[in-house]
Amino acid sequence: MKQDIPGTTLFDGDQAQKGLALNRMCFSFNSAENRAAFLADEEGYCRKFGLTAEQRAAVKSRNVLAMIAAGGNVYYLAKLAGIFGLNVQDIGAQQTGTTVDQFKQKLAAAGR
Amino acid sequence: MAKIIGGVATTHVPSIGKAIAEQKQNDPYWKPFFKGFDYVHYWLAREKPDVAVVFYNDHGLNFFLDKLPTFAVGAAAEYKNEDEGWGIPVSRSIAGDPALSWHIINNLVADEFDITMCQDMLVDHSVTIPMALMWPGEKWTVRIVPISINTVQHPLPSMKRCLNLGRSVGRAVNSYPQDLRVMIVGTGGLSHQLDGKRAGFINKEFDQLCMDKLAGEPDFLTRYSIHDVVEESGAQGVEFLNWMAMRGALTGRVTEVHRNYHIPISNTAAATMVFENRDEAARRAA
Ligand SMILES: [Fe+2]
Repeated sequence: MKQDIPGTTLFDGDQAQKGLALNRMCFSFNSAENRAAFLADEEGYCRKFGLTAEQRAAVKSRNVLAMIAAGGNVYYLAKLAGIFGLNVQDIGAQQTGTTVDQFKQKLAAAGR
Repeated sequence: MAKIIGGVATTHVPSIGKAIAEQKQNDPYWKPFFKGFDYVHYWLAREKPDVAVVFYNDHGLNFFLDKLPTFAVGAAAEYKNEDEGWGIPVSRSIAGDPALSWHIINNLVADEFDITMCQDMLVDHSVTIPMALMWPGEKWTVRIVPISINTVQHPLPSMKRCLNLGRSVGRAVNSYPQDLRVMIVGTGGLSHQLDGKRAGFINKEFDQLCMDKLAGEPDFLTRYSIHDVVEESGAQGVEFLNWMAMRGALTGRVTEVHRNYHIPISNTAAATMVFENRDEAARRAA
């Protein structure tokens, strides 16, 4: 029986199926040429990868929790975040509703 | 005969690659982590390994989620790194040892580990960053046999399965006729979570327990299901599976000779450990 872990979405078969198009688009961002193509025409690039309406809205809003709800896997979403110059502290702060400084303080506090 | 000299386990956070490129090793933020490698450098200089078997997880460079092997063994003469999309410098390539790779592959399949064999395989930061940490300036002379474990798309292999995979690799190496000094590497972890409302989760107590049990009682850790590990160690803390496989491959008498643990590096509890592996014959001679 599957018990939920608070604040955590296991990237399982359900999520993998749901997120395939979005994650495939993010996988393409390993190439600098593709990252530039996304920035030049975001709408067209998302269409080419067949994102669902939910995925397109999540990408448009830059909302990481919404991207995860739409099946995004964080390792792939990090490639998208990189296009906007955001690192894992930035997206950590966004997802937990804190400032980046507060998020970094929380990390440091875990060591004490 | 080939001889397994010991193992190194280390975190592989991508931002370490940037810190190296920007020469930040002595910055107050980075120093407590990089200092932990002084002993590793001493140990490697003393032990002079010829080959490193590296247990790691691919984060979307060589494998995509469409075809994702649970276990994959590299059998290439050369392993290249490429752009991973998050702005870390591309590493120089690493030499392989195809003959040893195929020996390991043959033995694993004979031992009923039905792995994927890869004659072409890109290796991502989870191989190249540990290499750059162990041999600064990318001055490694070892060849590698990379073995990837799926820690990304559930269902993941269990702690027990990964420990046993390592044991099978260890037996394979021990039966290799060539005189080689082989080290085992496990990369990733320790506790961290990048995604969801629990992002930033770190669990010092659980990390400490894992490190304490690894040398002497690795089987103790097989009581934790993957669900337990995610809960205790974070969604990406499951990279500890690579450490379990590394430990399994140390088939002799194992002692922990070095440990460094520091919170945080990026979003992660960073840890580095060195283990020595002495076979029974060497123990009797000592
Ligand atoms: Fe990782």
